[in-house]
Amino acid sequence: MKLTKKLSKVFSKNKAPKKELTVEQKISRRNFIAFGSFLALGSAAYGGWRWLYTSPEEKGGVTAGAHGPLRAVLNTNEKVVRQLYSNNNLVKTYPKEMAAKVVRHNSDIGSEGLIDVDAWKLSVRKNSGEVLNIGIDEIRKLPKTEIIYDFKCVEGWDQISHWGGVKFSDFIAHFKLDAETQFEYVGMETPDKEYYVGVDMPSAMHPQTLLAYEVNEKPLPPKHGAPLRLIIPVKYGIKNLKRIGSINFSNTRPPDYWAEQGYDYYAGL
Amino acid sequence: MKVIKEKHPLLMRWTHWVNFPILTIMIWSGLLIYWANDTYTFTLFGVTFIRFFPQEFYDALHIPKRLAEGMAFHFLFMWFFALNGFLYVSYTIISGQWRELVPNKHSFKEAWLVILHDLHIRKMAPPQNKYNAAQRIAYTAIIVMGFGSLITGLAIYKPVQFNYLAWLCGGYHLARIWHFVLTIGYVLFFLVHVVQVVLAGWNNFRSVISGFEVIDEKPQPAIQIQNDETNEKAE
Repeated sequence: MKLTKKLSKVFSKNKAPKKELTVEQKISRRNFIAFGSFLALGSAAYGGWRWLYTSPEEKGGVTAGAHGPLRAVLNTNEKVVRQLYSNNNLVKTYPKEMAAKVVRHNSDIGSEGLIDVDAWKLSVRKNSGEVLNIGIDEIRKLPKTEIIYDFKCVEGWDQISHWGGVKFSDFIAHFKLDAETQFEYVGMETPDKEYYVGVDMPSAMHPQTLLAYEVNEKPLPPKHGAPLRLIIPVKYGIKNLKRIGSINFSNTRPPDYWAEQGYDYYAGL
Repeated sequence: MKVIKEKHPLLMRWTHWVNFPILTIMIWSGLLIYWANDTYTFTLFGVTFIRFFPQEFYDALHIPKRLAEGMAFHFLFMWFFALNGFLYVSYTIISGQWRELVPNKHSFKEAWLVILHDLHIRKMAPPQNKYNAAQRIAYTAIIVMGFGSLITGLAIYKPVQFNYLAWLCGGYHLARIWHFVLTIGYVLFFLVHVVQVVLAGWNNFRSVISGFEVIDEKPQPAIQIQNDETNEKAE
């Protein structure tokens, strides 16, 4: 108490006795402070925006093409979203009549032209180095699962479509690849390696993820990824690789075509 | 005599101004995203009035072929949008300011009178406190719309993890349409808002930065002299 009194005495020594401010003085003082901080913080915000907008592109690696800071945010968002992820969260399914008769086809990178289905083999690279070469007939013999759901493209369109194939988890169990599911990622490539995706293991093992060989109850036509494609409803279309050539497993992110073009690696729904 | 009358608390002023650039960036990055599947039109009885959006509009704003960039910006600023909205709404509830904001039972009738007054059809505006009835409705609606953008946005962002939100919006497809319609709503709100602020004048505008309005109050004498009779006679 005493100290503060003394201090205030010291400070008020040289000042004239304190006068109540007039209304005009109060107005101009408050305006000065308010507009001053408004301008200062407004300029700072603008500076911050320019910094972000002109921030350099990330160093190219598994992901590329995004502003560095924004890539960091996409990766952070992935961590947050993965906390919410559960294999109990299922995509909505629809009755068969609602499935589109003409299934939209956006891109054929890596799956151009025709393919000799009989000569085709799916190669699965096991951790041991062993490579399984599996023909389409062998896959067709596995328990079949069908799904009619709203396929969602990163561009913003969606379409209810009907797919049939083997659950990825059933495929894993049948070919005794359980040890491989301990890895964090599944990588898939087209036979010509032009298109490739990386999928986190939980999403790959989701009960609605299929290795599909049918659309609308007919074998996949070449443009929809004959003879075998990925249908993964918990991801945007960009991860639904057509014409799978090989599958591998790893603890680091496998190469991903669109993640190299500035898109989010996770691309989960 | 000039008197300072407090109007907008600091937090309400700041959340208001912070929201402006955030929403601008959200709308801009939203356009970058929307461009990749720009299928919406305003069509009545088979006649298309507006196509969202004409090519010249995209070109003028450098919108085309920036989907990935748009998503990256959108998914950063969504956090700020949500946080800022959360701050405003919690403050409004806790401080009791909501009483000045939320429409009451008279508001809908009075708002009509306010509109007539603003259009110079009616001379008198209904008496008001901080906000008039039309403002109460408009400003509450914009908060509800913000909440709507958050919900529809989450429904589009993670339609499987938030499948109940997608269901609430009438499905993924409809959620994207709602999200778009709300954005158009913000733009329309903004246009009216700016015109109204210009018409309301400096004192009103300053109060959203400095927090107060300056009122010219006539000093009231302590004793009122009763001379009504003489006045009446003079008339």
